[in-house]
Amino acid sequence: MSLVKIAGLHKHFGSNHVLKGIDLDVAQGDVVALIGRSGSGKSTLLRTINGLETIDKGELRVDGTALHDGKGDLRALRQKVGMVFQQFNLFPHLTAGQNVMLAPTVVKGMSKRDAEDIAKEMLLKVGLAEKFDSFPDQLSGGQQQRVAIARALAMQPKVLLCDEITSALDPELVNEVLAVVRQLATEGMTLIMVTHEMRFARDVGNKLIFMHHGRIHESGDPRTVFANPQTPELANFVGSVTVAA
Amino acid sequence: MAYQFDFAPVFEHTNLLLSGAGFTLALTAVGAVLGIGLGIVGAICRAWRIRPFDSVFGVYVEIIRNTPFLVQLFFIFFGLPALGIKMTEWQAAVLAMVINLGAYSTEIIRAGIQATPRGQLEAAASLALSRFQIFRHVVLRPALAKVWPALTSQVIIVMLGSAVCSQIATEELTFAANFIQSRNFRAFETYFVTTALYFVMALLIRQLLMQIGQRYVVGRAG
Repeated sequence: MSLVKIAGLHKHFGSNHVLKGIDLDVAQGDVVALIGRSGSGKSTLLRTINGLETIDKGELRVDGTALHDGKGDLRALRQKVGMVFQQFNLFPHLTAGQNVMLAPTVVKGMSKRDAEDIAKEMLLKVGLAEKFDSFPDQLSGGQQQRVAIARALAMQPKVLLCDEITSALDPELVNEVLAVVRQLATEGMTLIMVTHEMRFARDVGNKLIFMHHGRIHESGDPRTVFANPQTPELANFVGSVTVAA
Repeated sequence: MAYQFDFAPVFEHTNLLLSGAGFTLALTAVGAVLGIGLGIVGAICRAWRIRPFDSVFGVYVEIIRNTPFLVQLFFIFFGLPALGIKMTEWQAAVLAMVINLGAYSTEIIRAGIQATPRGQLEAAASLALSRFQIFRHVVLRPALAKVWPALTSQVIIVMLGSAVCSQIATEELTFAANFIQSRNFRAFETYFVTTALYFVMALLIRQLLMQIGQRYVVGRAG
């Protein structure tokens, strides 16, 4: 039984048909890496999974909460789907702790004390317990991104979406963020990530999806797919990025 | 023959001047709180295109920003009674200031709201916050912080502009000054002191609003 099920999903931006019938099943505990060239639709697909992009046609179901042709309870869906962004997007007027506490108190109606406990626990998990009272502009990029992960985890999502979460970081800060994601994966968190870190996708992921022109062009076990691409497009793509990695 | 400066005939009326200044400050305080409140409501309607209120506020903002404050005041005090809406000079003065500041602060605050980075709205939405919760917890404070200096200046402009309320016999500072000058004919001295009072009041208001802004809006005290 899949945790995330996508069937026949279509999405247009104006006359641009960006997702052309996506079918995808993600099981509990899966770590899915979405790769592909820029403009292939991988980020758009990720963003449809928590309703940041609307769906024109098709079905999306996450742990029993469904959107049919884009209609359904978005907020219920979003409580099950956490998201971490390329640009961190912390709230600048709130401390790290307050960033993490906001959604549990406001959305779940949790008491301040309970939310504070959760925030401390989550910041500890990402290695930033001592930064509870720091404001985002007092933190490095890597630290901000770890706070953003803690903020998403505080809502206890069933699945966590990561949209190129290391792309805006200085090279020396990438590993501290990947280490947190790796830890989440080993704890059994279901992850769907758009990434350019091919080595990370291969080492941590158990499912690789190569997007090309708005379709899933090739997918499977990352080791097999990387070692033995079945389509020239993927071979070409893997060749161009592994050199860089 | 040189003019003999004599401030004593002005200071005879110190009480009148001080009560006038007090009323000016009170008018400004009420006008600022209600006017900025109205501005926040207007800015939400405009920024989020809440129909039909966005158009209503759009027309309101254009009318108020393109007509003189004195005429707005006369319209309220002398014009509205024709429709059976009568009010005292104080009510008319407060209403005119609220309406005037409301229009300017709608535009100022709207600019702050629209400067919210899209990514922060998306992050808040992805955490399942409702539209209202996003506004209340994510948008409002940084927006006010961004435009606080502009709002502060606008409040001071409105405080200085309240001088024209003397024209409908609202007994604020300029009314007191006119009254004193008509008694002692010491125009230079009377308006010199009055000018100094306005100047000091403007500095005080700027200081006060900057403190409030630091503490509660930009502030990081919690």
